[in-house]
Amino acid sequence: MIIGLEIHAELSTRSKIFCSCSTAFGGEPNSRCCPVCLGLPGALPLLNETAVEYGILAGLALNCTISVESKFDRKNYFYPDLPKAYQISQYDQPLCRDGWVEFELEQELLHAGVTRVHLEEEAGKSIHSGDNILGSDYSSIDYNRAGIPLIEIVTEPDLRSPAQAKAFLEQLKRTLQYIDVSDCKMEEGSLRCDANISLRPQGGRAFGTKVEIKNLNSFRAVERALDHEVQRQRNVLETGAAVVQDTRAWNEAKGVTVSMRSKEESHDYRYFPEPDLPPLAVNQVWVEELRQSLPEMPLPKRNRIMEQYGLGRYASDFLANSAIWADFFECAAKQYGNYKVLCNWLMGDVSRVLNARQEELPQSRLTPAALVELLRLVDDEIISGSQAKDVLEEVCATGRSSKQVTADLGMEQISDEDELTAMVEEVLAAHPEQAQRCREGEERLVGYFVGQVMKLSRGQANPKRVNALLRQKLQQ
Amino acid sequence: MKLHTLEAWSLRDLIRDGSVTSTDIVESFLDQIRARDAEIGAYITVCGEQALEAAKHSDERRREGRTLSDWDGIPAAIKDNISVKGVANTCGSHMLAQYHAPYDAHVVSLLKQAGMPILGKTNMDEFAMGSSTEFSALKTTRNPWDRQKVPGGSSGGSAAAVASHQAPWALGSDTGGSVREPAAFCGLVGIKPTYGRVSRRGLVAFASSLDQIGMLTHSVRDGAALLQLLAGHDELDSTSVRREVPSYESVLGAGASGLRVGLLGGASQQGLQPEIHEALEQAACFLADQGAEIQEHAFPLLDKAIETYYLVATAEASSNLARYDGVRYGLRVEGSDTGEMFRRTRSEGFGPEVKRRIMLGTYALSAGYYEAYYRKAQQVRTMIRDGFLELFEKVDVLLGPTTAASAFGFGEKPDPLQMYLTDIYTVPANLAGLPAIHVPVGLDHGGLPIGLQITASPFAETNALRSAAVLETFARNRGWNR
Ligand SMILES: [Zn+2]
Repeated sequence: MIIGLEIHAELSTRSKIFCSCSTAFGGEPNSRCCPVCLGLPGALPLLNETAVEYGILAGLALNCTISVESKFDRKNYFYPDLPKAYQISQYDQPLCRDGWVEFELEQELLHAGVTRVHLEEEAGKSIHSGDNILGSDYSSIDYNRAGIPLIEIVTEPDLRSPAQAKAFLEQLKRTLQYIDVSDCKMEEGSLRCDANISLRPQGGRAFGTKVEIKNLNSFRAVERALDHEVQRQRNVLETGAAVVQDTRAWNEAKGVTVSMRSKEESHDYRYFPEPDLPPLAVNQVWVEELRQSLPEMPLPKRNRIMEQYGLGRYASDFLANSAIWADFFECAAKQYGNYKVLCNWLMGDVSRVLNARQEELPQSRLTPAALVELLRLVDDEIISGSQAKDVLEEVCATGRSSKQVTADLGMEQISDEDELTAMVEEVLAAHPEQAQRCREGEERLVGYFVGQVMKLSRGQANPKRVNALLRQKLQQ
Repeated sequence: MKLHTLEAWSLRDLIRDGSVTSTDIVESFLDQIRARDAEIGAYITVCGEQALEAAKHSDERRREGRTLSDWDGIPAAIKDNISVKGVANTCGSHMLAQYHAPYDAHVVSLLKQAGMPILGKTNMDEFAMGSSTEFSALKTTRNPWDRQKVPGGSSGGSAAAVASHQAPWALGSDTGGSVREPAAFCGLVGIKPTYGRVSRRGLVAFASSLDQIGMLTHSVRDGAALLQLLAGHDELDSTSVRREVPSYESVLGAGASGLRVGLLGGASQQGLQPEIHEALEQAACFLADQGAEIQEHAFPLLDKAIETYYLVATAEASSNLARYDGVRYGLRVEGSDTGEMFRRTRSEGFGPEVKRRIMLGTYALSAGYYEAYYRKAQQVRTMIRDGFLELFEKVDVLLGPTTAASAFGFGEKPDPLQMYLTDIYTVPANLAGLPAIHVPVGLDHGGLPIGLQITASPFAETNALRSAAVLETFARNRGWNR
């Protein structure tokens, strides 16, 4: 089986690709539009240099060659959400070409070629009055998204299973997020994927007919739709029939792909060079500067974290999954040497608290310094591990320092020798009979007395110290 | 004194020495419009109130000594495919009959910044596709010299407005001769600047790589002045060129001495009206007398110019005009689904010539035909441009005809191909992006204006204007008097 993907990612520039309108998500319909992105008569495009920069960064991160000269072309087709009835895209001279992506699936290192990365503009969004276009009395169109810069990434047909396709996409998303050129939110449509798949019958030489699947709105959908399509094509081939070349839409609810053939027909987009934009010449000095500015990529980072901090693969994957978490970890690790404990806290309680608060790490009040301070309080036995969880919640909620929260909540453990001795003596004196049995060797009563001291101290006594003092007293 | 009969320069002198006000001038033109336009049909929209308002402001500024430019208070007419904020921008089409532009074209901003009132919007062939203004879907424009004749096109309304003194000067657009040919038919100076010299932003696109805004004026010095106002880089038009604008006025008196003038022989000259042919020969002699060096050159590739032009122009037009689909603005004819709405809107909204060119262009770009038509045409276009650049190493300007004949009558060219052939002398400048100027030099036996064309190398408007000024003297010597 061979699978190739076409991915569209919206670039997170502040303004659109050919005008100065805002690209922010949402907004009153048609409030972020101008003559250019509405395609009004006489309007002309002006290329946003930041979109080019982001496109080059993406190309470099995907190990592409950046074209010294590329050009824009018009892709002509009629559709209500396409304001000019053509999309400005790049046809035969894309900005970037001949790259590759390394990714892992079940600890196996895989490799997929990237044929090209090119710039183009986003269309508007149709909003139907009914559930779908056929069941609607009318449709409205919001052009706020029209003209948002996109990159289209086309892979070589190098993927060999639906699971590989999913793993590839996850790595691609991670990479684009690492270089901060796209937020890759599939639910907001800022990352979209189409898949091409064909099967080769067992023992056969030639691959079968290519089928394209559209409307894949999540990584899970990509994998499920491909799984379904493999099965469907197998069934067709088993009956001795041939798979027909087709464009199919994934129906998430029913879990099937449906032919779009009647709607799509075979489009002739009549591409020709965009006369309103001169060819795009890219200064190679600039490209080198951008190459130098690239951050460490996910896989090398993961490998380095494993090695440098002696962490396991699972933990390192967790950290390197996001540059933000990895940076947080590495910043904290400069001040705190027990990397495993640090990482466990991030994977466990920190993730849990942020999830509960519905916060992302960058928005959270938690800083690496605050976390380190918290872990030191535990290490120094000023608070217990379970108290630390409460402190973490409070730090995340208020942004106060761990020490301050500990003090404010009255959580500091009592480790003062005299204070603890007084409490131990008080408890032993209150229960002379049990004290006697304990002296005679009834071990389990030590725990009972520790409990009594904890109760007396309202939980603040350092249990280890109490235990030691009790044994000392009972032996006298 | 009839203010409306004066060229813009004379109006400028009068307004400067305080003998007239902008209001006097604008009123004089509005009076003339009221008196003449029912018969001529130059304007689609007259902006009387706004023009008078602008004139009033101009007069205030002048009284307070804070005029915006030398041309503050001098009005102009604008072709109806150049956007003026809040004013209808019909492009001579049913499709946009109800469309008002929500923004000013760059050139219109420049006119407003110079303090110039806008008299109105002028008729044109639908979406600038035509050579006679007969393809306007909205009205008929007549040639002021002979109302049985067409004014030329597609900027026929602008030409007729200036020629009938309903505007001192006007803006047009020139994709394949649409400024120069109506200038020729109406006895005006018509300038098509170098591609990229004047911003296209706000000019409704017909063929983006060929379109250029141009000027229709009574004299070469008026043309130079209007070009001076509008030339320059517009950072929002990526095809406008960042290049210094020289002083155009200062070259007008430079004469012909030392000027290398090329004449093109060959088959293309054979169908010329005898009077134009004669004028061409006399003009060459006059230039030689004035110290120019006359050279003859052959440029056989120009025989392919018309085919090349019509492939490139229609291909781009098919894409540029696809946005008129009834969804966002302009005409909408409802249908049971969007596909039917598109079809009905476009079937009813576009006239026959526009449809013909959209179909030609769509065909030229289609899979299987692209290589043979569009790509081949682009290759020939490059060769034509290279040929011109080579030629302009040897000569400073080329002298030739603008049209093969003077204005023709209504309905005289029912065959589209015949109509296309009227552009034979004008399209090469568009294909190569060259500046070209039409200068009237006299009248033919029927009393219709004839003239000649000067073409120069890219951004050498100075050479073209300098030569045009000499031709103007030549015309005066022959008794030409507008
Ligand atoms: Zn915009």
